[in-house]
Amino acid sequence: MNYFPDEVLEHIFDFVTSQRDRNSVSQVCKPWYKIESSSRQKVFVGNCYAISPERVIERFPGLKSITLKGKPHFADFNLVPPDWGGFVYPWIEAFARNNLGLEELKLKRMIISDECLELISRSFANFKSLVLVSCEGFSTDGLAAIASNCSFLRELDLQENDVEDHRGHWLSCFPDTCTSLVSLNFACLKGDVNLAALERLVARSPNLRSLRLNHAVPLDILQKILMRAPHLVDLGVGSYVHDPDSETYNKLVTALQKCKSVRSLSGFLEAAPQCLSAFHLICPNLTSLNLSYAPGIHGTELRKLIRHCRKLQRLWILDCIGDEGLEVVASTCKDLQEIRVFPSDPFVGNAAVTEVGLVALSSGCPKLHSILYFCQQMTNAALITVAKNRPNFTRFRLCILDPTKPDAVTNQPLDEGFGAIVHSCKGLRRLSMSGRLTDKVFLYIGMYAEQLEMISIAFAGDTDKGMQYLLNGCKKLRKLEIRDCPFGNAALLMDVGKYETMRSLWMSSCNVTLGGCKSLAKKMPMLNVEIINETDQMDISADDRQKAEKMFLYRTLAGRRKDAPEFVWTL
Amino acid sequence: MSPEDGSNLLESDAASVSFKETELTLGLPGESSTVDSDHKKYSGESETDVQNMAKPPAAKAQVVGWPPVRAYRKNAMKGCKYVKVAVDGAPYLRKVDLEMYSSYQQLLNALQDMFSCSNFTIRNYLNERAVTNQEVNNGVEYVPIYEDKDGDWMMLGDVPWKMFVESCKRLRLMKSSEAIGFAPRTPSKCSSSN
Repeated sequence: MNYFPDEVLEHIFDFVTSQRDRNSVSQVCKPWYKIESSSRQKVFVGNCYAISPERVIERFPGLKSITLKGKPHFADFNLVPPDWGGFVYPWIEAFARNNLGLEELKLKRMIISDECLELISRSFANFKSLVLVSCEGFSTDGLAAIASNCSFLRELDLQENDVEDHRGHWLSCFPDTCTSLVSLNFACLKGDVNLAALERLVARSPNLRSLRLNHAVPLDILQKILMRAPHLVDLGVGSYVHDPDSETYNKLVTALQKCKSVRSLSGFLEAAPQCLSAFHLICPNLTSLNLSYAPGIHGTELRKLIRHCRKLQRLWILDCIGDEGLEVVASTCKDLQEIRVFPSDPFVGNAAVTEVGLVALSSGCPKLHSILYFCQQMTNAALITVAKNRPNFTRFRLCILDPTKPDAVTNQPLDEGFGAIVHSCKGLRRLSMSGRLTDKVFLYIGMYAEQLEMISIAFAGDTDKGMQYLLNGCKKLRKLEIRDCPFGNAALLMDVGKYETMRSLWMSSCNVTLGGCKSLAKKMPMLNVEIINETDQMDISADDRQKAEKMFLYRTLAGRRKDAPEFVWTL
Repeated sequence: MSPEDGSNLLESDAASVSFKETELTLGLPGESSTVDSDHKKYSGESETDVQNMAKPPAAKAQVVGWPPVRAYRKNAMKGCKYVKVAVDGAPYLRKVDLEMYSSYQQLLNALQDMFSCSNFTIRNYLNERAVTNQEVNNGVEYVPIYEDKDGDWMMLGDVPWKMFVESCKRLRLMKSSEAIGFAPRTPSKCSSSN
């Protein structure tokens, strides 16, 4: 292929869109590396501290789209102090300084300030897409800057962010010339919005396909919006509280009859269940339904709604649907590929679904390959049946609310059940476990889970052997997170080279010591080994035998980070 | 930091204009509380209610980060409300779930435990003895304030507990030497700064 001119190769590479394939292309030979570098427009950085922005810019000068991730995954569950780090500012500043033509930015678990949003809005003339997931540090003032200055904005997608809401009229900052919006999601904003501005914005956005509203948008406005945008494909309903006999409700039904293109429905942050039947009209076309933020909708209404959703591929729901409701899902949704069942009450003992619902899903939905399931109890027999029914699982996350609960029938550990899952599901990439588990389950995982990339472990195992089995097998493991397990230095230090093949390792409330972490850091200069000393009770120079309560390590080409707060020690 | 620790009911009375009744108290368990019956009526709670309301089962429910549900999702659902706590001079923030507590007293106890390193005292307006003790220890004394839903910084205890949980956006423990401008105030909507 070397006799092809560079331009031809570049053209061929344009058809290679997946990040992994691009990475493989770049490793073939030096000329390919060069051509791939100069032509790559989309870059994914899984850890913002693993590489410096300068190095990314140097390698990919034509970069237009970047995804960056910040804090460790366990930050989602409040295990990482809020000011641990993950600032995006240095990246944006470097892009701006180097005059990059940034068009798309997606951030997950990062801190982004209003100044930074302002800088984005003023530095990149063709900026088109901002997606923020679980980010914080900004307010509606920053959003106002984006709205005011990004003339070609297509996508503003705010998912589960912690936003300071100044009730500013950020929505009215979109200039009248802004007609390019395709996707707008502000469901996570807590404050009021300027409803008139919202209506006008929708009216002048002919390409709008995705719109997710927050709870401040009432039913009568929703109805007016739907009249103006019957071509919406993705709809997030905000507040849905109304009298089913009212005129507004009747108008909504009329509006919904015209919305033939809706495929994805979410929201209902405040809902009056008796009004849901208005949506039965659009259910037959839905492929995605997310009612996991709709605590007001109870089991009976859910089941009624689901019976109309025969084409669903993705379903996120609260456990108030019950095992009985999941049986309805299993018999109705034959195309279902992904399901998430969240707890409606996060307190132990209150979960409303069990192994019965899981087994029903596994036997009724032949295409199901991804599950997140918060449940009351589980049995080995059920897991073995699930494994037999659905060997196509690639993501299997099971959370029993009482994290050390054994098999609900036999009182045995759940080792055999999870063993069956990893044995059958050859393509399993992500696994989260809970319930009583011994070292044996890790023996199974190490032996069978060859494609496993990420695993979350809590309250499991007996000895260092558990973690050693895991690290010995699982050749493709990239992210390992462990909390409250009796794994210590022997496990941590068994194969230190392994961590260079992985993105990161989190261990909290385990048995590793400060000394163990120090010796790991010494052996492996390419790793940043960070201790999070939250309680201020440790002394870095004192006793090496003291436990490292929270340790996070990751490979990096950038050396130790300079923005670490005082309570983070990089060893 | 079990929520059952605080045995005093410390709701303040929104209808009252007396400073004394809007102040926080940090009495020992079993000491008689300064609360009068009127304001129980107002807040709709009795002492037995509070005990019944304490989240079950305390020990399990309080495992940090379990079940692994995003804090954002927990906040969105009823029954959880995480707010950030900043302490002047401390390099880190914390988050507390206000729904874990059923009175100001329980919250203050929890904060006291959370930041118990070094000489740390949260100002206690009524119990002069405690203030004297910490002065002897040369500790730093803090005043708890919070940002309400209108963006104003208010003294903790200015409204009944439930209203506070609804309204509170974040907490700050301010060094008392800097808190001169803050005084316990009536809830009749006089804002702190502007």
